[in-house]
Amino acid sequence: MKKFIALVLAAMLCMLACSALAADLKVGVILVGDETEGYTLSHMNGVKEAAANLGIAENQIIWKYKTPEDQTCYDAALDCIGQGCNLIISNSYGHQTYMVLAAEEYPDVTFVSMTGDFAALTGLDNFKNAFTKVYEARYVSGVVAGMKVAELLASGELSPEKQPNSFDADGNVKIGYVGAFDYAEVVSGYTAFFLGIRSVVPNVVMEVNYTNSWFDIDKEAAAAEALIAKGCVIIGQHADSTGAPAATQKLQDAGTLCYCVGYNIDMIPTAPTAALTSPTNVWSVFYTQLMNAMINGEEIAADWAEGFATDAVKLTDLNTAICAAGTVEKVEEVIAGIKDGSVKVFDASSFTVGGQTLSSSEVDMTIMDWATMTVAYEGQKYEAIVDGAFAESDFRSAPYFALRIDGITEIK
Amino acid sequence: MTNTHHEPLMRIVKRSESTFKHKVIIRLIAVLLALVIDAMFIYFVTGLNPFAVYTTMFQGTFSNPMRFSWAMRDLASLLLVGIALAPAFKMRFWNIGAEGQVLVGALATAAVMVYYGGKLPNALLYPTMLIAALAAGALWGFVPGVFKAKFGTNETLFTLMMNYVAIQLVACCVNIWRGQASGLGKLNMKSKAGWFPQVFGQRYNINLIVVVLLVVLMYCYLRYTKQGYEISVVGESENTARYAGINVGKVIIRTMILSGALCGLTGFLIVGGRDQTISTGTAGGNGFTAIIVAWLAKFNTFYMALISFLLIFLEKGAGEIASAYNLNDFASDIIAGIILFCILGSEFFINYKPIFRSSKQTSIGKEVA
Repeated sequence: MKKFIALVLAAMLCMLACSALAADLKVGVILVGDETEGYTLSHMNGVKEAAANLGIAENQIIWKYKTPEDQTCYDAALDCIGQGCNLIISNSYGHQTYMVLAAEEYPDVTFVSMTGDFAALTGLDNFKNAFTKVYEARYVSGVVAGMKVAELLASGELSPEKQPNSFDADGNVKIGYVGAFDYAEVVSGYTAFFLGIRSVVPNVVMEVNYTNSWFDIDKEAAAAEALIAKGCVIIGQHADSTGAPAATQKLQDAGTLCYCVGYNIDMIPTAPTAALTSPTNVWSVFYTQLMNAMINGEEIAADWAEGFATDAVKLTDLNTAICAAGTVEKVEEVIAGIKDGSVKVFDASSFTVGGQTLSSSEVDMTIMDWATMTVAYEGQKYEAIVDGAFAESDFRSAPYFALRIDGITEIK
Repeated sequence: MTNTHHEPLMRIVKRSESTFKHKVIIRLIAVLLALVIDAMFIYFVTGLNPFAVYTTMFQGTFSNPMRFSWAMRDLASLLLVGIALAPAFKMRFWNIGAEGQVLVGALATAAVMVYYGGKLPNALLYPTMLIAALAAGALWGFVPGVFKAKFGTNETLFTLMMNYVAIQLVACCVNIWRGQASGLGKLNMKSKAGWFPQVFGQRYNINLIVVVLLVVLMYCYLRYTKQGYEISVVGESENTARYAGINVGKVIIRTMILSGALCGLTGFLIVGGRDQTISTGTAGGNGFTAIIVAWLAKFNTFYMALISFLLIFLEKGAGEIASAYNLNDFASDIIAGIILFCILGSEFFINYKPIFRSSKQTSIGKEVA
């Protein structure tokens, strides 16, 4: 009994100590946009949810909205520190060159540059990067799209006779993808999406149309319309607006056979009979881990990357009215496969590059200063094909899969 | 008695001369009015306590030395462009191209940093950056100046168009320099070549020193030199200037080279002292805001410093309100905008006075009739 009381007392003490530390945490959140933008909104919600999980009060968080990727970011970080923040988070890639300057000057403050790629190379132990393995969710969203294509083919709704435009010369079904920029982040994502579709329907090809912007409703709509005009029956996207789903819905209403897969947010309200689902990040998983580690005085990884295994990514609600029969079960099965390792997104046997199956692929983590063509941060080289699959997000959190696989063409 | 002349309720009359006391009173009334209107907006629209919001606004600049120092840094960028514009506008040359002139100066600076950083010793690198920036800015001022002087082209449109050329040049170079990265980031991040040395703990303090010097120099140039006098004569009337034997074309070209070169200097200071990088946003709209600064101050550089301070204070205050109260920044911009509107509006009442129909004046009217 004494032992029990001692344990309870110890636990209570510990909780007291922990909550005292939770009260000490002050977080500065530097955001590239505000709540009107899906990408930033999802980060805001993630931070708020994490704070609620850990009992961090609202006044322990300082928000810096619409912070461009320039000196403003550095100022915002220092301003947060001046207001007592000991954790600074920034949510856009370009923030990191300014975050690192602040991190050098304030070694007692922890800086996390979301989606950044060189924290581990700086040698600073108070500077971190984090990104989800959203390519896993893109793969599963590809499976959803593949099921739909298979259903259309089986029912005869989609056939070379009815839609000759939707098949290439070799009889492959055309898929379209609206991408923002030709960076590894986008390449990794569309390849995962394509491989997801091809795991269900083997004979598909995909065209990627770049908009050169992360958020441009008009350009994304125009890119989607161009792809659908070429005969693409599924439109995937890696850009932040609702432009592509809205365009798909419009053309579907006009009688074209087309469906879409969104990103970040549920696109069903935008495209009720065209949007199948959207892959999305669950940022609260990371933010909860991060803040919890800060409260407990634990170290967090310089490169944090997690996916389905910790529910850091997911699909938004499936549009059951239009998804193929059996999609829900199939999605569960594939996610379970990714979790237990039996499904590998970048399985080297599932794709070829230049007609060759890859047995080896070297990736270099070095960060270049392209303006002067000098090395900014020296990084290691790694063999990326591990156990028969490309090991994405293992050597750093930011994606580095930049191979152009056969079956996908980019329009620039 | 039939008075066919209908007198309006209110007439606007130009004031011949305003006393200093009168000006101060009108401006104080304007600020008070702004604070009252803002208080109503804050209370009824956002539901916050106006006094708390004003305190927060004040804190945007004054809560700690660092914020004050940032405000000074941003003020320097704005005021520098204002000073650069002053001679052109005093000459009634509508130089809407400061944004572009600053950008090409910044671009020239950045280009020297990229291609000669680490190759030239610092003692040579800084002068090269400076000369490149001055030359680029001067060229951007010279071209519309020459066309105006020789062919009488419309300088407003010309300088405006030159902005877009500059923006596209910068966008193009940034795109080349960023290589395979998604953004340019800081230039010469590792070697820090071309970054200004820290003076009193900050790189941008050099900008502040330069702007203080230029406030005095430009004041003297416009007020006490022959060239400054020529500028004001050309501004008042080109014909008078010609009659007085002033070569108008030469004055226009010379002044535009000066104006452009000073904008180029601003670009140099922004890149070397403040940003250490370049983007299409480097000038940050200062090229346009500075027009307000120069005009409101009637080209008196000391007043320009005050007005720049007010604008920066409002901007910082609005940002702080948005951040502290989790307001959408449109709301905080409205709060700052109302203050600016009232202060700008007060200028009208300094130059003009409204006269209301009154019994006294009606009787005067009768007497005249």
